[in-house]
Amino acid sequence: MSAVRVLVGTKKGAFILTSDGKRKKWNVSGPHFGGWEIYHLKGSPVDPDRIYASQTSSWFGQIIQRSDDGGKTWHQPGTPPGEPTTTPDGMPKGESNKFVYDTSPKTGKPLTTHQWYDGTQHPWEFKRVWHLEPSLTDPGTVYAGVEDAALFRSTDGAKTWHELPGLRGHDTGPQWTPGAGGMCLHTILLDPNNPRRIYIAISAAGTFRSDDAGKTWKPINRGLRSQYIPDPDAEVGHCVHRIAMHPSRPNVLFMQKHWDVMRSDNAGDSWHEVSGNLPTDFGFPIEVHAHEPETIYVVPIKSDSEHYTAEGKLRVYRSRTGGNEWEALTKGLPQKDCYVNILRDAMAVDSLDSCGVYFGTTGGQVYASTDGGDNWEAIVQNLPAVFSVEVQTLP
Amino acid sequence: MIRVVLPTHLRTLARVDDEVTLEVKGQVTQRAVLDALEVRYPMLAGTIRDHVTQQRRALVRFFACEQDLSNELPDTPLPQAVASGAEPLFIVGALAGG
Repeated sequence: MSAVRVLVGTKKGAFILTSDGKRKKWNVSGPHFGGWEIYHLKGSPVDPDRIYASQTSSWFGQIIQRSDDGGKTWHQPGTPPGEPTTTPDGMPKGESNKFVYDTSPKTGKPLTTHQWYDGTQHPWEFKRVWHLEPSLTDPGTVYAGVEDAALFRSTDGAKTWHELPGLRGHDTGPQWTPGAGGMCLHTILLDPNNPRRIYIAISAAGTFRSDDAGKTWKPINRGLRSQYIPDPDAEVGHCVHRIAMHPSRPNVLFMQKHWDVMRSDNAGDSWHEVSGNLPTDFGFPIEVHAHEPETIYVVPIKSDSEHYTAEGKLRVYRSRTGGNEWEALTKGLPQKDCYVNILRDAMAVDSLDSCGVYFGTTGGQVYASTDGGDNWEAIVQNLPAVFSVEVQTLP
Repeated sequence: MIRVVLPTHLRTLARVDDEVTLEVKGQVTQRAVLDALEVRYPMLAGTIRDHVTQQRRALVRFFACEQDLSNELPDTPLPQAVASGAEPLFIVGALAGG
């Protein structure tokens, strides 16, 4: 009998929801790390009981937690009690929460500033980890997308972290600008067919691709148009909110941009709009059905200044044609007086035969559909605002 | 023994319920207390002061004996009442917002 584990990051802690394959009855554990902001949790595809969590606080900084038993117990990799945190010569040892930008001329460039909201240059400052992406092949390797935008990697189970400096050292780096939520690297997609290919996305710089395992990067934003930058077709500066792929077709990408839903059929080399008949094409998450690579999901949000659902209705939109033709999915979702937001990492699918779709709201509900979106039910309500939702399908 | 009161978030992280006590050798300064705290509770490294610069994080404050010691230099001796264990050093998350 298969089972499902839903990992929920919220503004005030993490919650883990479990169910058998029927997905009717749910057990809720948590809050884990109560009071802390949990931006993201994600399990290793190789070892599902290994889960990484980003625990963060504006006061006390960034912590990385790891569980090796499916979320029952947690520890900070690299900080066993009683061991010194400094080396004999007094240097800080690599700890799970130590993210230091690489400014070495040998490995990157001493890049120290990016563009600020007012167009001036601003120092690069580490703030938090937005997204953790475990390797597809090694449970000890995990990538972290951080604010201010950079990509880090750990190869020792999150004990030590090293920047992949070629991204931030890209020639366009000084032109990158924060989005309203900060300059975050929020999406990391690993190509299952090509271990050297990685896609990432940054608000508000755009999407980048590496074909050499993260050493060098290329902006892939051709076809994007953004009216809020001086040159709407610029190489960088686009506020990409999320990208998604189906593992069977890693060259086909779907994007929820600030405004516009986009599609690429050539690994991001060019994009075209597939917003079609959506009531509004602003939104944050985008997700692909587990078994139907042309079936995609978005949750339209009214506008960039009104971060809530339009008309007071919570509607997931599904396209079975890879975009352009969209249908509203409303059964079981509130259709009046609902003004929540669904954040970019707060939607996921399971891979059971009848694909489950899950999303969390800023109102603290997590909704699930066990039939690809036709019918929905709240599987937990009244959590703190949901930042992220990930799903593990367990044997 | 030096007494240190941690804010709730850091008590959770360090898995302690109450104030912690530390043995500090030599002169009792902010730096000496924080060094001892991080050796005893390595999970707190980076949460009170920056990993690299060792600067106090912007939204962390140090109070003791009804004084704000946040902006004292790290090697300035702490009040005698803290050094003797009569009074605790409070590490506090600054109030920010309503």
